[in-house]
Amino acid sequence: MEPSLIAPEAPAKIRLRNLTKSFPTSNGVVTALDNVSLDIPTGCFFTIVGPSGCGKTTLLRILAGLESATSGTVEVSAPPPGRPGNSMVFQGDSLFPWMTVFQNAAYGLTLRKRPKAEIAEVVGHYLNRTGMTRFANAYPHQLSGGMRQRVSIARAFANDPDILLMDEPFSALDEQNKVMLQEELLRIWEETRKTVLFITHSVDEAVTLGDRIMIMTAHPGRAKQIVDVPFERPRAVLELRSRPAYGELVYSIWGQLRDEVQRARALDEGAAA
Amino acid sequence: MSLPKTHPKTMRAGISVGARDRLIGVASPIMLLVLWEIMVRTAILDARFFPAPSTIFETLVALVKDGSLWSHTWASLQRLLWGFLLGGVPALVLGISMGLNRTLRAMVEPLVAATYPIPKSAIFPLILLIFGLGESSKIVMVAIGVFYPVLINSATGVLEINKIYLDVGRNFGASRGQVFRTIAFPGAVPHIMSGVKLGIGMGLILIAIAEMIGAETGLGYMIWNSWEILSVETMYVGLIVIALLGFLFTMVLNEVERAIIPWKKFR
Repeated sequence: MEPSLIAPEAPAKIRLRNLTKSFPTSNGVVTALDNVSLDIPTGCFFTIVGPSGCGKTTLLRILAGLESATSGTVEVSAPPPGRPGNSMVFQGDSLFPWMTVFQNAAYGLTLRKRPKAEIAEVVGHYLNRTGMTRFANAYPHQLSGGMRQRVSIARAFANDPDILLMDEPFSALDEQNKVMLQEELLRIWEETRKTVLFITHSVDEAVTLGDRIMIMTAHPGRAKQIVDVPFERPRAVLELRSRPAYGELVYSIWGQLRDEVQRARALDEGAAA
Repeated sequence: MSLPKTHPKTMRAGISVGARDRLIGVASPIMLLVLWEIMVRTAILDARFFPAPSTIFETLVALVKDGSLWSHTWASLQRLLWGFLLGGVPALVLGISMGLNRTLRAMVEPLVAATYPIPKSAIFPLILLIFGLGESSKIVMVAIGVFYPVLINSATGVLEINKIYLDVGRNFGASRGQVFRTIAFPGAVPHIMSGVKLGIGMGLILIAIAEMIGAETGLGYMIWNSWEILSVETMYVGLIVIALLGFLFTMVLNEVERAIIPWKKFR
């Protein structure tokens, strides 16, 4: 089944081969990622969907350089000179409470000591695109959860990375905010068409945003299938969701995930008995 | 966006509870002073040990006029300042580094745990032996007193920083120095400020003790000397000035805290 997971056509930006991550716990060795191989083409909005515990966050953290794999290889094509490899939008509150919205969004450029004028221009652009210009001098504690996640997205885009990594960035938001941010994300992404790896447990989100979806299974975390999303771009979130074809795709992915969740539950119960 | 105003709790007479508390806060020390004065004048209290507030105040005015109070206070303040810098700055750097670096923490932590409980006043003879009777022994005493609270609180402050912020730093490619400046220090500042406050309190205690031995100036010397010449009023003036200094430092540091931690809400 492995060859089917590797798309041969486009030049791969990210190439994972037999990626495995296991770590010891008090209940024995847990395998978070089991032998995952995957190619992500340049400019692809790639989503990974799976139940909690399927290792999707671990996969992202390995790519972000925050964790190392137990075995297997990660190949990422080198970014153009002067551009960082990847920037991550974290799940939950990751804005520095001691920096203003502007300083937070400017973090990557400030670290790289870019000229003040450039920082003002780039950060200004992304604060504008995320509707946060008015709050440039506010501190994160003065903002709502949705606004904080907007700044998080602005921070990642302003850093102008070769690859964007997104770890369930909208999972803590209410449904209305979620749809609005998904639309904003798609709009900003259309400007640059960067390679994106977006992780979510929401099938709707994966289908709405992605060009291609990898379905993962839990315990151990494995790649189960890769699905191409046929919808054209640019996409309007609500309009897309009203289409019958959208519903069918979501339904078929759900079917695969349900099998997995049931299998995992049976395994858990078997282990508990 | 405006929040609905909460109604302040009101007394029957129409004074808010907060205003009443402040009134009591001012009134109770005044009442105590008045009571003290009366008890001395009626000879219930022995004026040799507890001179009347009015006599203490007269002495205070006299000491201000002849300039001696200022010169003693200034001498103590200078030693406090240099001791504070000598002890506080290395403690800050070492503390934050300990918070960031596991190996360093493992190395330094047992040393701190072993030396911290030694009463600082008990080290003074050794300090005198090493640094002599001059200024440096007093400054070193203050430095030792400031060092521990700042060190311990800086390290704790960094350890309490949410790990996600360090992840952001790593993912955005922050260098060691950048992690220190943009994450560890600002993240630990609230704890560091508590350490600084504790350190200043400790410094005041130690400077008073250190100046009692082998000093010709300073508030500690003034208090000790007034015992030797049996000028109890002067002794009380010294005590009052030290208390006032402690109070002022706390006030100033609270303001500093407000200014450098704008992201924290204060009561």
